[in-house]
Amino acid sequence: MTDLQFSWPGQPVLLDIPTFHLGAGESLFLRGPSGSGKSTLLGLIAGVLEAPSGHISVLGEDMTQLSGSRRDRMRADHLGVIFQMFNLVPYLSVVENVVLPCRFSKRRQAETQARGGASEEAKRLLGQLGLKDPDLLSRKVTELSVGQQQRVAAARALIGSPALIIADEPTSALDADSRDRFITLLSDEAQKTGAALLFVSHDASLAGLFDRAMDLADLNRAAQLAGTI
Amino acid sequence: MGVSIFGLAWRSLLNRKVSALLTVFAIALSVALFLGVEKARNAAKAGFDNTISGTELIVGAPSGQINLLLYSVFRLGNATAEVSWRAYEEINDRPDVAWTVPISLGDSHRGYRVLGTNVGYFEHYRHGQRQQLELAEGEIFDDLFDAVIGSELAKQLGYEIDTPLILTHGIGGGGFNDHDDRPFRVSGILKPTGTPVDQTLHVSLEAITAIHVGWETGARNPLVDSVTEEMIRSFDLTPKTVTAVFVGLKNRASVLRTRRDINTKMSEPLLAIIPGQALAELWQVMGTAERVLLAVSAFVIAVGLVSILTSILTSLNERRREMSILRATGARPSHIFALLVLEAAVLGFVGAALGAVLIQVILAIAGPILAAQYGIALIGTGPALVDLYTIGAVTLAALFLGLWPAMTALRRSLDDGLTVKL
Repeated sequence: MTDLQFSWPGQPVLLDIPTFHLGAGESLFLRGPSGSGKSTLLGLIAGVLEAPSGHISVLGEDMTQLSGSRRDRMRADHLGVIFQMFNLVPYLSVVENVVLPCRFSKRRQAETQARGGASEEAKRLLGQLGLKDPDLLSRKVTELSVGQQQRVAAARALIGSPALIIADEPTSALDADSRDRFITLLSDEAQKTGAALLFVSHDASLAGLFDRAMDLADLNRAAQLAGTI
Repeated sequence: MGVSIFGLAWRSLLNRKVSALLTVFAIALSVALFLGVEKARNAAKAGFDNTISGTELIVGAPSGQINLLLYSVFRLGNATAEVSWRAYEEINDRPDVAWTVPISLGDSHRGYRVLGTNVGYFEHYRHGQRQQLELAEGEIFDDLFDAVIGSELAKQLGYEIDTPLILTHGIGGGGFNDHDDRPFRVSGILKPTGTPVDQTLHVSLEAITAIHVGWETGARNPLVDSVTEEMIRSFDLTPKTVTAVFVGLKNRASVLRTRRDINTKMSEPLLAIIPGQALAELWQVMGTAERVLLAVSAFVIAVGLVSILTSILTSLNERRREMSILRATGARPSHIFALLVLEAAVLGFVGAALGAVLIQVILAIAGPILAAQYGIALIGTGPALVDLYTIGAVTLAALFLGLWPAMTALRRSLDDGLTVKL
């Protein structure tokens, strides 16, 4: 993932990032207060938002040059996403939630086939993330604790070995203990599958858990500009 | 590999059970109403068309063809004039005529019409698929004062063979106009036919003449009390007039020519009608009302379909999160689109199918009651192609309506990106 540069002209310019780089398999902590454009940045990288100018290159593909459906394919095949909270589809079971990306991506489907099938792989990942109890797995996802839900979401992001995992404040609803444990588990699993991890949070104290840490404000010329006024 | 888009749609609906069930129920009721009207319409038409068959012409005094059909076949209304016996014989003697059955109406028994005719009626009158009248018990009238009664009349009045009965002059209630001096007895009871025959009391033409001895002015002549039954039996009881004549032809192909002859070349003015044609014309008149009913019930379906739209559109807000999760896990906009369209189609299909089942259940319960209480036979109301068409049309319509919420969700999910601004 190289040479990421774009600007986002809403009314004021929100993001103006001359350059940003995340290496393959690297885990990066990106700090930014709320409203600093973190989510927008992730949306752009994930290809659900369109950058009006500039270039975002993900896995050698220029997201700004791809058609909407190609970007969708990219995301489905190569990206895992974890949100702040409410990550799960309420009417699906735990395992069904985890295997959801395989439904939309043939590549990830094939990847899990090689490891004994999507459901097996889902259970293995859940097990790795500390969700082994079959009773727990049979419960409705809405009955799980927030920490458990986030771990299910992590398993879903990891399934089928995507190249990049985007995590948008996934730990803000967790207490300190489970937060650290969650991040450790997540980065360990990401490492095992060889996925790069882009972890976004306002909480600078987490920075130490990652290969590299950056501040969005340092990256974003628009924010620097706003700061000087 | 998890759940298909259809599975997602299904599970999502199950997740909103109450609202989905209410919507399905609204659709089911509206479809049941529509199919009910449609089936009632068909049953009415079938019953209607089955009332008379095998008769090529009905001849009566000149009036309208619907009027003649109504009083001669459906026993509704009254003849404005009669056909003379001479004219009847003229028709009967025509070389192209195979058979004739004269009928005479005008009297009643406890609200049921009395039909004077000859034994040929039981041989030639056909209903449904050219079915003959059959006796459930007893026999065709033999004696002057014998009566053959329809099944419904027998059941409602509790009459059996040999029950004595008294006819009433005219079709009002009983009382002063009773022909109580000339009692009849039931000689036969007919099997049910699902036609007005079931509610008719049949006697011989001679009996009609006999009970009207002394009634030439339209009211009872006191002198008639002196006329004994023996005297009446000795009279020439050939009627002077009949109300109408059913005519069968030797060759059906000549029906138009025969009709023209009867309409134009007889010694007195007559009206000959082709029953099928008159039925069609009558049905056209009734058809307007029935089409209005059908249109109204179609609108009720439209209301039901709108409820699909309402339920899905209102659910969209609380499902923005669900949509963005699906997007984030790789769902393409077309998946979101398909999900919502499928949800609408599933609601439409399940609702319509339930409605089609519902109407059959209702008919299965109501059918025997209708038949027992009112003598209305529900013909051709079973599951039919129209049910499939209706289910298909409702599903398709729901699918099309689903495009709207699908577009909305699509636009929103594109705006929302990965995060929902709640």
